[in-house]
Amino acid sequence: MARDPKKKPLTVDQKRYTEMVRDLVPRPPYLRNAALAYLFGGLVAVIGQFFTDIYKITLNMSDKDAGNPAVATMIFIGALLTGLGVFDKIARYAGAGLAVPVTGFANSVTASALEFKKEGLVFGVGSKMFMLAGSVITFGVVTAFFVGLIYALFVF
Amino acid sequence: MSTKKIGKQTYQPDNPPVLISTGTVVGPFEGQGPLKDYFDHIYTDLTAGERSFEAAEKEMLLNACFTCLNKANVTPQDVDFFLAGDLLNQTISSGFSALELRIPYLGIYGACSTSAEGLCLATMLVDGGFASYVLAATSSHNASAERQYRYPTEYGFHRKPQVQWTVTGAGAALVTPDGEGPRITRFTVGKVHDLGIKDPLNLGAAMAPAAADTIVRHFADTGHGPDYFDLIVTGDLGKFGYQLTVKMAESNGGFDLTKNYKDCGLILYDTGTQDVHAGGSGCASSAVVTYGYLYKKMMEGELKRILLVATGALHSPVSCYQGNGIPGIAHAVCIEMI
Repeated sequence: MARDPKKKPLTVDQKRYTEMVRDLVPRPPYLRNAALAYLFGGLVAVIGQFFTDIYKITLNMSDKDAGNPAVATMIFIGALLTGLGVFDKIARYAGAGLAVPVTGFANSVTASALEFKKEGLVFGVGSKMFMLAGSVITFGVVTAFFVGLIYALFVF
Repeated sequence: MSTKKIGKQTYQPDNPPVLISTGTVVGPFEGQGPLKDYFDHIYTDLTAGERSFEAAEKEMLLNACFTCLNKANVTPQDVDFFLAGDLLNQTISSGFSALELRIPYLGIYGACSTSAEGLCLATMLVDGGFASYVLAATSSHNASAERQYRYPTEYGFHRKPQVQWTVTGAGAALVTPDGEGPRITRFTVGKVHDLGIKDPLNLGAAMAPAAADTIVRHFADTGHGPDYFDLIVTGDLGKFGYQLTVKMAESNGGFDLTKNYKDCGLILYDTGTQDVHAGGSGCASSAVVTYGYLYKKMMEGELKRILLVATGALHSPVSCYQGNGIPGIAHAVCIEMI
């Protein structure tokens, strides 16, 4: 991780040791993790589609309009499962399958809010709620701005 | 010229102080492990009836201290020093415990090596004639440590195989010049090592060089080999740190540790059925295993001589985010029934 540009190079001893550790510690089971993430991610998408269809039929919405309440429902489910203490147990297996969809976002916000409830509403929940999701929002907004800029400059 | 110093980093008290009593408490998860019968109290609730995990950790530390004092029939007023440390920022569990114990307090920090650091300092105080009773204690709590060092407890993610599980619990030991019990006959104060491990989820590997160095140093200073001890235990190196220590003791000093070396983080849990990945970690790991399990085994006469090598990782989330390595430390304490 090259966070520090003036980083000291590793000494011979450090290099030899880090290589020894790398050989000893098994790699995470990437293939199994990817397969599980694929399955759970697909399952989340199917559930999302189910809610989209429900809203389309019951509320007589268009495809595009039904998306919003469906996403809200998924966020609600993610937050609820986090509060019940189930989400982290499922995510141990599902990994990115739950983290990448909006459920992961809901989990990171709810988990942080729950964790810092004891520090009060202002210094706890309010300020720590986005400790994990904050980066996603910041870089999401920045990226959206530049994409919008490119769109405005080149498309029109 | 010091008369108590032998070799480069090892010290031998003239009158080895006694561990006259100990107190250990653990959380519910540790209470399901194979050592459950050796602890004084097992909490059924991770919050120990308190309103936060931090308050729960303080409650556990206090309980361990009072249990330890009660067993020796000593009141806090009789104790000269309270040496304690923990993992939380500004070692609040220890400070707030000292507030209630009303014993003159010296806060110490050696991360997960705090148990051995406390014993080293207690030995100096008692053998040096500064104290007749020193209470050395330490604690850690899974949930309070997780949220300070890693993620909120309910945050969902894949755990890597080298991740360790912070032990919930607290251990206290009362050190005094005379009495019945195992004695601290030698101790080695370790140096800080950083061999380039930067992954805060791989602490066993970060601390193993310090553990191996302190063990080899202790052997070199005292002239004793691994066979001299019934058991050598490291604090919380976990599965991979254990293997690395064995390898480094072999390559750096030519010592074969495979016969009588164990790691507290590995014997505290049933690694087959309890989902702790590479094993336990945290200040409480070495404290509850040594003051609970090993202390009782020594009192029963099953173990005569042990070498406790408590290991600590001296990093913080800030130092890791700024790209620094993880410095490790280890102190060795030789405890004998004599």
